[in-house]
Amino acid sequence: MDTITTDVAIIGAGGAGLRAAIALAQSDPDLRIALISKVYPMRSHTCAAEGGAAGVIKPDDSFELHFNDTVGGGDWLSDQDCVELFVREAPRELLQLEHWGCPWNREADGSVAVRPFGGMKKQRTWFAADKSGFHILHTLFQTSLQFESIRRFDEYFALDLLVAEGRCQGLTAIEMRSGQLRQFHAKAVIIAGGGAGRMFPFTTNGAIKTGDGMAMAYRAGVPLKDMEFIQYHPTGLPNTGSLLTEACRGEGGILVNKHGRRYLQDYGMGPETPVGQPQLKTMELGPRDRLSQAYWHELQKGNTVTTPWGECVLLDMRHLGAKKIAERLPLVHELAESYLGVDIVKDPVPIRPVVHYMMGGISTDTNAATQLPGLYAAGECACVSLNGANRLGSNSLVELLVFGRRAAESALAHARQQPEPATAALAEQAERSQARIRELFSQPDGNESVAGLRKEMMQTMEKNVGIYRTAEGLEEGVDKIRELRERYRAVTLTDKTNVYNTDLFQVLELGSMLDCAEAVTVGALARKESRGAHQRLDHTERDDANYLRHTLVYSQGREAPRVDYLDVVITKSPPGVRDYSGDHK
Amino acid sequence: MKERTVQLEVLRYNPDTDSEPHFQRYEVVCQDEWVVLDALNEVKETLDPTLNYRWSCHMAVCGSCGMMINGEPKLACHTFLRDYPGVIRVEPLAHFPIERDLVTTPDDFMEKLKRVKPYLIPKKPKPLEAGEYRQTPAQLTKFRQYSMCINCMLCYAACPEYGLSPHFIGPAAITLAHRYNQDSRDGGRDERQEVIATQEGVWECTFVGACSEVCPGHVDPASALQQVKILSCFDWIGEHLLPGGKK
Repeated sequence: MDTITTDVAIIGAGGAGLRAAIALAQSDPDLRIALISKVYPMRSHTCAAEGGAAGVIKPDDSFELHFNDTVGGGDWLSDQDCVELFVREAPRELLQLEHWGCPWNREADGSVAVRPFGGMKKQRTWFAADKSGFHILHTLFQTSLQFESIRRFDEYFALDLLVAEGRCQGLTAIEMRSGQLRQFHAKAVIIAGGGAGRMFPFTTNGAIKTGDGMAMAYRAGVPLKDMEFIQYHPTGLPNTGSLLTEACRGEGGILVNKHGRRYLQDYGMGPETPVGQPQLKTMELGPRDRLSQAYWHELQKGNTVTTPWGECVLLDMRHLGAKKIAERLPLVHELAESYLGVDIVKDPVPIRPVVHYMMGGISTDTNAATQLPGLYAAGECACVSLNGANRLGSNSLVELLVFGRRAAESALAHARQQPEPATAALAEQAERSQARIRELFSQPDGNESVAGLRKEMMQTMEKNVGIYRTAEGLEEGVDKIRELRERYRAVTLTDKTNVYNTDLFQVLELGSMLDCAEAVTVGALARKESRGAHQRLDHTERDDANYLRHTLVYSQGREAPRVDYLDVVITKSPPGVRDYSGDHK
Repeated sequence: MKERTVQLEVLRYNPDTDSEPHFQRYEVVCQDEWVVLDALNEVKETLDPTLNYRWSCHMAVCGSCGMMINGEPKLACHTFLRDYPGVIRVEPLAHFPIERDLVTTPDDFMEKLKRVKPYLIPKKPKPLEAGEYRQTPAQLTKFRQYSMCINCMLCYAACPEYGLSPHFIGPAAITLAHRYNQDSRDGGRDERQEVIATQEGVWECTFVGACSEVCPGHVDPASALQQVKILSCFDWIGEHLLPGGKK
């Protein structure tokens, strides 16, 4: 097996991975950096983010206000030391992107423009039309091309972490074009592999979002934190699940039910604001969890509109006019028109909540360090506890930058203190990784197909771990995922050849998703309260006495995972009431 | 929703087992509103797990699923079955080596992207502490369109010149160089001109315009290339014909 020796290996080349790679290359030109991704960097899902990235820049705003919005938005499950440093470092990261060429929208005087966003009390969301993530990703990728020391391994599928002497010292990965397994020996490893939204059938997430990085860490004994918090974005296209950015509402779009009523006022987010004059942090600019939950209640009441693609509410942007829509929401205009046949200039567009983002992930501290020395994580795959129980729109693009860079700094400091990797011990582990693949290839043909198991997993997640949950449903979910994990051991590979074998990759991705699904279902069952995106019909209130703490789920292989807890860091904001009724009441 | 049985004719090639590519026909039940990618996914899930292709975002922004559909370079996630009443022939992107089935090897494109120095080379570097580079909306408009390229490589598959002369740097990479050249913050044009104002660069382009016709992002690379040509001519006039030129 070929060995690649490097100083720092990064798994994932989206926003967080690229930011980390650039930070490493800038810190030390002699450092060997391996940037490993199962896709070419510009295919990473960061490209699909639309609305923008939050950072305090205008004179009427302050770090404290951004802090308060984030902590309240997260229903007090955010670690406040993390939020404090995040809001302070956010503007500098966004400015850095500007210096690297990111085409941020501008004010007439040439300064950076900001737009309103859900749950934010001030306008602080930097944006590049409605393709902010796309521009951030491409700016980072293009910037990275000037650094010779960033050695890219495009289309390498990361498989297992290599751990020796209690430290993470590398990984194995399959070179997809040859099918050959390679081992990477590294002094430090950063996981920046994204979330696992594809566990669900209806999601904004691209096909690649299968939680491979989360699962690698989980299998290596690192806990996954707060995995039960799954964000439903309130406005997805009902057929494809494509995201219609929150900026639709930031620019003034309204949500109405089948009676034409702006129903959000019935769920603690009113009174109604004048159409076309959106007010911050109320009505349509409430937080995502509340808006998605309001949809669910409208559905129970029979107030939704029946469409060929299921029960919907309507997002009405007609009053914005063709000019503003072309200037600020061109992608939304195009998506609704081509995939649904609705011209948003002329008609309201039917939408429904769609799985969008995981607040949980690999448990990290504010230095992006995991419990395993030498292993760091950043971006959606990590849970640094910035987002708490519900992420505010436009915080996650900045999270990629702040914690991508922090992961690089921590990994570099660690790598500098390390001897060369423990080659023999690592090679032995890499052999085990190889054996795992060999086993898959030699598995006798059985009845379990990747498509069949995947479908059952998705149905289970949607049915039992949706917007509202119950003990009964969660128990069923835990049991079913456990059953699927057992049946997965007999999954049959149809394609047993080497070159770009997506049958193999889909089997491996399903394994990753089942690992993540285990942590989600077990964490959700254990949390007997309602907080942020985790809402239980059998425990309807937030319970700070028992659950003002993070869930940690540790893999026990085939046995049921172990659940533990970690206190939330509170520095200055004691748990309070989330008020989205606006100043105008 | 209406359903219909779609006939797909897909190019298959596995270097492990095939001496040359061949077509395979699939009949698959599809919903009327589906795109070609949905049909391929249905084949992969229900008929043939060994079929290989790239895809991710399903919203025409990640650029993964470029392929030839009835002979034209298209994104499979943005090509609607309703526009194809008959048999749909699906092949890998033209002008790139086939890795497997519909998966091509983009090494040449990736190398060319890098060669044009597609990153900001500041005119006057300033520290972050000094704040943002000021850029008016009008200055932004000058290059924004050219920053929309998703690197899907459809323009390379459409470009007859690239098919004939693989050393041609090609539409997307030159457009990206032009994007930075037109950015009011940038001062790296001279360095990029050495790469793009050459025989392998814009002068290889014969202005067929196919690149702009197939571009899913309306980037209009053909216009970028013509602008580069015109500006390069001005450079030449400035250097050779005007008093005080470099000669």
